[in-house]
Amino acid sequence: MHFTINGTSYDADPDIRTSLLDLCREHLGLTGSKKGCDHGQCGACTMLVNGRRINSCLSLAVMHQDDEITTIEGLGTPDDLHALQSAFVRHDGYQCGYCTPGQICSAVGMLDEVRKGWASHVTGDLDAPRFDNEEISERMSGNLCRCAAYPNIVDAIREVAEAEGVVDVALRHKAEAGA
Amino acid sequence: MKTFTYTRADTTDTAVRDAHVSGARYIAGGTNLLDLMKLQVETPEKLVDISRLPLGEIEEREDGGLTIGALVPNSDLAADPRVIAKYEVLSRALLAGASGQLRNKASTGGNLLQRTRCYYFYDTAMACNKREPGTGCSAVGGFNRVLAVLGTSDQCIATHPSDMAVAMRALDATIITQTSDGDRRRISIHDFYRLPGDTPNIETVLQSGELITHVELPAPPKGRQVYRKVRDRASYAFALVSVAGVVSVEEGRIASAALAFGGLGPMPWRNPAVEAALVGQAPSDAVFGAAADALLADAKGYGSNDFKIPLARRVLIATLRDLTGE
Repeated sequence: MHFTINGTSYDADPDIRTSLLDLCREHLGLTGSKKGCDHGQCGACTMLVNGRRINSCLSLAVMHQDDEITTIEGLGTPDDLHALQSAFVRHDGYQCGYCTPGQICSAVGMLDEVRKGWASHVTGDLDAPRFDNEEISERMSGNLCRCAAYPNIVDAIREVAEAEGVVDVALRHKAEAGA
Repeated sequence: MKTFTYTRADTTDTAVRDAHVSGARYIAGGTNLLDLMKLQVETPEKLVDISRLPLGEIEEREDGGLTIGALVPNSDLAADPRVIAKYEVLSRALLAGASGQLRNKASTGGNLLQRTRCYYFYDTAMACNKREPGTGCSAVGGFNRVLAVLGTSDQCIATHPSDMAVAMRALDATIITQTSDGDRRRISIHDFYRLPGDTPNIETVLQSGELITHVELPAPPKGRQVYRKVRDRASYAFALVSVAGVVSVEEGRIASAALAFGGLGPMPWRNPAVEAALVGQAPSDAVFGAAADALLADAKGYGSNDFKIPLARRVLIATLRDLTGE
């Protein structure tokens, strides 16, 4: 099987049952993505597939041979952190750190969803996206942190969202879609 | 997980042909099937990957309705401007379900077919007539707080977990399929699910190898649309009770009503008697109470889920106030 992960090509021949998560961790040495529940409940395994966040534990590797996959290793490096990685450091958005790669990959995908103007369960007017702590909590509810670093995770994400003007982009997107 | 053979289908014709063997299952998003395969609740011998079939579009029809490809992800369906504008109850139901990651992967067809989250169905050490016919039901007399109070049988009290399907039932959706001999079939969502009876392992009227290709929504209904979901935590939890409601009021009287319910029954629940109690009446708590009486006349609690009966009454009344208020 052939895979493209973080822009790098890999050939591997895992058992047909292998999840995308296990492919990365056990076969390709990409151990940044974490296995928590292995049932799509905790979000520790979150990766970006063609730019969209998914639970990599609930997906078969064999089904992703034509996809562009991004893991935490593809977002930043210790010398060149992704904006969300440095915000998590600055805001102390973790204690043990186990959920952090999934939190950050999920936040990257989530901010793109906001930019596209996607609403959430707590959005009042589906046509007028807003972005506040309640929206962040709702949109990140698929990522658990058993150290309960949630307040700092929310602060880190909000800082990046504000710096990148995601709400303005979302409103512009909605206006263009309506026009 | 038991091993399986894997094949990727490029057309619906090859998909239904590939799946026309015993032990074959389709896989699209896989978010429910793989979960169950890991626990060996599901043990397919063959997976037919339909994720690359060209069924990912949402199209408007001349009659004003929408045709939704079976592979449209839940998140895309919720965000579609036409769905938001005309079928808000569907967007709201989708957004009330699962997590962002799961909605990105879960498909429209797969959502309709997801299995119950009954604890006893998931635990292979427990008796479950749905998982293993004839073994009994550990949920009756067990921890059944989340389970059904309508449409149950002595054999099974599982609930259908979907939010999306509840909204689709209120919207009178039609499910389009392709059978293994290539024929097309149109199945009203009202005829799609089966009550458990003595065969809770058979959940829908789909035949072996039959593939859902599209879901059709008729032209948008008149009136206000609301999806109200009550659950144990604020996000990312299945419904204890949910209501999808579409109600129009003309000259002070309820002109039309469509109400479907989640968390109460083995299928997205709809009962014409509820709507009959409303249509023609001026909105009032007494009328809403009569609708709740009609909904819950045959409700049966199993101990720890008894609370769902008064809860359903309150949720329905609150939803009807939202749907008919100023």
